[in-house]
Amino acid sequence: MERKKIVQLKGVCKSYDGEAVLKNIDLDIYDNEFMTILGPSGCGKTTTLRIIGGFEAPDSGEVFFDGVKINDVPPYKRSINTVFQRYALFPHLNVYENVAFGLRVAKVGDEEISQRVKEMLKLVNLSGFEKRHVTTLSGGQQQRVAIARALIMKPRVLLLDEPLGALDLKLRKDMQLELKNIRKQTGITFVYVTHDQEEALSMSDTVVVMNEGEILQVGKPIDIYNEPANAFVADFIGESNIVDGTMPEDFRVKINGHVFECVDKGFAKDEKVDVVIRPEDVDIVAPEKGMLTGKVDTVTFMGVHYEIIIDIDGFKWMIQTTDYAAPDSFVGLYIEPDAFHCMKKSQYSGIFEDYSAYSMEYDLLSENTGEEEEE
Amino acid sequence: MKRGFLARFAAVPHIVWSVIFIIAPLLFAFFYAFTDGEGSFTLDNITRLFSGNYPLIFLNSLCLALIATVICLIISYPLAYIMSRMSRRAQSTMMLLIMIPLWMNFLIMTYSWMTLLEDTGIINTILGKIGLNFHMINTPGAVVVGMIFCYLPYMVLPIYSVMAGIDPKLIEASQDLGASSREVLTKVIMPLSLPGVISGITMVFVPQVSTFYISQKLGGGTFQLIGDTIESYFTGVSINYHFGAALSLLLMVLIIISMGVMNRFADPEDMNGRPML
Repeated sequence: MERKKIVQLKGVCKSYDGEAVLKNIDLDIYDNEFMTILGPSGCGKTTTLRIIGGFEAPDSGEVFFDGVKINDVPPYKRSINTVFQRYALFPHLNVYENVAFGLRVAKVGDEEISQRVKEMLKLVNLSGFEKRHVTTLSGGQQQRVAIARALIMKPRVLLLDEPLGALDLKLRKDMQLELKNIRKQTGITFVYVTHDQEEALSMSDTVVVMNEGEILQVGKPIDIYNEPANAFVADFIGESNIVDGTMPEDFRVKINGHVFECVDKGFAKDEKVDVVIRPEDVDIVAPEKGMLTGKVDTVTFMGVHYEIIIDIDGFKWMIQTTDYAAPDSFVGLYIEPDAFHCMKKSQYSGIFEDYSAYSMEYDLLSENTGEEEEE
Repeated sequence: MKRGFLARFAAVPHIVWSVIFIIAPLLFAFFYAFTDGEGSFTLDNITRLFSGNYPLIFLNSLCLALIATVICLIISYPLAYIMSRMSRRAQSTMMLLIMIPLWMNFLIMTYSWMTLLEDTGIINTILGKIGLNFHMINTPGAVVVGMIFCYLPYMVLPIYSVMAGIDPKLIEASQDLGASSREVLTKVIMPLSLPGVISGITMVFVPQVSTFYISQKLGGGTFQLIGDTIESYFTGVSINYHFGAALSLLLMVLIIISMGVMNRFADPEDMNGRPML
């Protein structure tokens, strides 16, 4: 069965005050998929969403919906609804009236409204909250009202702008699952914007990685993770050791002066490449059996595994393993051929450093950066 | 504990101020209204309020203030709405333009309107050139114009500040849910700006009911408003503090009733999303 394109962006550009926010974006969104646009603050992901929703007009380029150009169609005439960052619930209305808003505007009869609101509130687990004032709800509950308010319109496409950003970790995990279920039940195409790579990987059918107004890669979560297009994607999605290497020939990669077998091909002879090795793809073995050897720098117990920083010829690697290695001991590293992922050099090469400055605290801090973007 | 003490201490100047300038005068008004010249209790002042043409004067004042307030609202609401959607710079320029009349003494403004509205004033001179002539000065219409002009900023500013504070995301959300510009206005902006409208009406209606100078100068003494009547009992030849105080008390009661009725409309819990108008 051929998949049907529902939304298409072609050559979309947008700039604010002379600063390019979107640079020639091409994007196809297919019917009945969960697409996530992932990228750091200010990468243009929210602007992309606003262009699809009709809240911004592209400077150039075209937006298609079901094959029809919709550049000049105002938001209220698009069969697209949005769940806004921080929800934007109507403070003068109660839960029932917030959810009913769109149907009231559409002059739907009272009886049908009442029935559909009831269904929606059930779908988002808020039955019995009809009369509550939205300002008295918790963040998670407000979130559900926002989702119900948009879904009741039976849109073809639902846009979600960092909808879980303001929730705490536990609630976020629950809502992720719930969103996935709601999507399956309704069959509505979701376009979800986030800067949280874990969220993107765990929820989506398709992930779009953006940076500085450009799309770097579009693919299934597993492909994005295993076959990142460049050093930026590799670094942004998950942990990765990115080392300089060359490709002496197809299926051979040379790093740290040693040539190893790999599964990549199609590079010029001796072409310089970025080589990504994921921390969980490295096994620790005895030094004499290792393909590379290094000295253990720090060991952190993470519960499921240890996170070990190993110094190899002055470059610090991160390795995640269930085997303990003592600090300051020498160890060997064993890497399967398919764990090497070679990428062409790009503008992002060399800007990501090794793990010498890495600390857990930094990770925790960056997780909580509630961001205010492109407003 | 220490903080509680400090907080109470900090409120002392305000309490003293209130007692001297608000509570005490009110008590005086009560005292005067219910006593006669010898200081003994009487209800004569109160019964006199409902005799002669005093009820008519009250009615006149309420009507004129109501008309002026409604016109103020009709002018201010679209103005505030347009202002709130302007660029930031344009907004501050508009703000300045609206504030400038407040920097002038309102006596001077009233005098200016006298010269403008006179039979031989600027407006009539210009209209005369095209063969039109209106008698404007010394009519209720002239008084209403003066009241509107003096109090318009007090209507615009609260409405504008509430409107400017409406989250633009709410407007986008309503558009997203299918609302046209008109529906955005009636279903989102109007209900959300209601508190600004209420405080605007309060700030304009109350002083307009009790206004006295404008009606004398622009109404030319052809009809009396309650403010003029009260003034005449405190400064004029027929000086009578007791009856003046009774008039003031009745005015106060009427204003409190009006405000109470208004706030009943403003209760957001009762609205349930129905359009305001």
